[in-house]
Amino acid sequence: MSTTAEKPAAPDSEPGAAGQTLAASVRRGVGKRPIRTGRVRRLTRRDKLVLTVMVGLPTLIQLLLVWLPTLFSVALSFTRWNGLDLKDIKPAGTENYRFVVEDYPPFWPAMQHNILWLVFLALVATPLGLLLAVLLDQKIRGSKIYQSIFFTPVMLSLALIGIIWQLFYNRDSGLLNYLLGTAGTPAAVDWFGDSNVNIWAAMVAATWRHAGYVMILYLAGLKGVDPSLREAASIDGANAVQTFFRVVFPAMRPVNIVIVVITIIESLRAFDIVYIINRGTNGLELISALVIQNLVGEGQVIGVGSALAVILLVISLIPIVFYLIRTFGKESKA
Amino acid sequence: MSTLANPAPRTTAPGGIPRRTGRRHYGTHIFLAVMAVMWLVPLVWALFTALRPKADTDKYGYFSVGGAFNFDNFVQAWTQGGFSKYFMNSVLITVPSVLLTLLFASMMAFAVSRVSWKFNITLLIMFTAGNLLPPQVLAAPLFEMFKHLTLPYSFSDSGNLLNTYISVIAVDTAFQIGFCTFVLSNYMKALSSDLTEAALVDGAGIWRQYWNIILPLCRPALAALGTLEVIFIYNDFFWPLLFIQSGDRLPVTTAINNLQGQFLSNYNLLAAGATITVIPTLIIYLVLQRQFVAGLTLGSSKG
Repeated sequence: MSTTAEKPAAPDSEPGAAGQTLAASVRRGVGKRPIRTGRVRRLTRRDKLVLTVMVGLPTLIQLLLVWLPTLFSVALSFTRWNGLDLKDIKPAGTENYRFVVEDYPPFWPAMQHNILWLVFLALVATPLGLLLAVLLDQKIRGSKIYQSIFFTPVMLSLALIGIIWQLFYNRDSGLLNYLLGTAGTPAAVDWFGDSNVNIWAAMVAATWRHAGYVMILYLAGLKGVDPSLREAASIDGANAVQTFFRVVFPAMRPVNIVIVVITIIESLRAFDIVYIINRGTNGLELISALVIQNLVGEGQVIGVGSALAVILLVISLIPIVFYLIRTFGKESKA
Repeated sequence: MSTLANPAPRTTAPGGIPRRTGRRHYGTHIFLAVMAVMWLVPLVWALFTALRPKADTDKYGYFSVGGAFNFDNFVQAWTQGGFSKYFMNSVLITVPSVLLTLLFASMMAFAVSRVSWKFNITLLIMFTAGNLLPPQVLAAPLFEMFKHLTLPYSFSDSGNLLNTYISVIAVDTAFQIGFCTFVLSNYMKALSSDLTEAALVDGAGIWRQYWNIILPLCRPALAALGTLEVIFIYNDFFWPLLFIQSGDRLPVTTAINNLQGQFLSNYNLLAAGATITVIPTLIIYLVLQRQFVAGLTLGSSKG
């Protein structure tokens, strides 16, 4: 630390000064000219080395374990491979994609289920969370207790939620069929087993968690809305419903964007719950589950699995890019 | 605003604000109470089933209150399911992952928010985007990378990174850094630049600015994120499922996948197992609820 005090400014005012050092050569990986503002000009060589490590290490981890594999997924989707020897990787062109779209029976059901999942979260779970948030935002008694109850499932993993709802949905011992009066009769439905209804049953279980998540985000959003907006609206004669939809809801734009993105991403990421129910088969096919079915097990078809992964990637990039533009658009222009 | 002059379409009286405190809340309370009961039913049902011995539910049926209520199922599930081992595995994976995530994310956030240079927004975008990808997109390459990375058998009994805690810790960390960097960089940006300016004048290096000045000020954000990440990583089902083959090395969240098969015909045991798995999160929730909620909303407030 003492060295930084002794030579505060001079030697590193030009980027080239430390050019041939290790620091600079590593730094080149992240950005050629890290020195721009007056403030940074005061960095010592040692500071630059420290900064290089501080940026370089997380960036390396991120590149190596997130972005490189993403690129590999794209590359592997154009090959045929059984996952054993690297030498066995054979180019396959777009054959995997053709196979997935034309000859792979679970693909289109999975697409439909993913869309259904998204629509259900968007039209049922998210509005329910918003409604709960709006009701709980009023100064009503017991608001904190209600919040805690609705929020509890958010703490649980989707895998565990699958198990808990399995106990509730079970044909012979589950509570639901008992409440419906069909328990023990031939009319009893196996909610997670029957391929006609299990996607709905799984989506209800997912809603249990998603609505609480949305509620907590909107509660924070509602607290951030300037109270004078509401007052102005009520002075203008707006009723509560009008005030909410015309004034409060539009004022929560940043939260709305986050909710939209979370809803889409969650519906694409839905995996744990269907995997724990039946590995994502028999009515519960989802793209994410098909990816894994093709990667593990006896008949490893890495190419097909990767093609499915790339399809999932391309769909996910739509909300991701939307979110990034909304979030960083202004900053990068500045 | 022009429509505001029109009479309200549905509600009877204009001016919702004065009327809010009156009768309206009964309807709200009834709705919330019904929803709250519906929300609790699956959890209460699991607990109810778990507390009853199998013999009694067989005799009286699952939908009855007859027979004994005790913790036998919990004891049996704990020993038969090997929960102590799974919980230990969860700790071994969660603690290093959370600490590494917070360390790396805070370093990165410091660099992109307190020092201005050309590529900080680009990197921040890359980090944020990485966190939003579905994990399944990276599954095959990561699996193969870890499989083909040969290691000495003294280090890993699989001869590669598969079946090790390190593989799960590394990927969990890499995946969570993005979110934490995003949140922490927003938090650090909001701190006055005078703080580090003053330190610079005093001759404090970058590391001291980061470690002694900025990090202590980020304590609330770090506490919130730390709580959130503990839950996130404890709840992670997918990465251990992909990387770890030996059942006895699985963390508890992934291990319940096997319990389902193990306790197949015994729902009382399965319910007890599920309840046992809920308990750690419930404890964290009760103790650190404010931190957890703060962590969740930190990410969205700066949308």
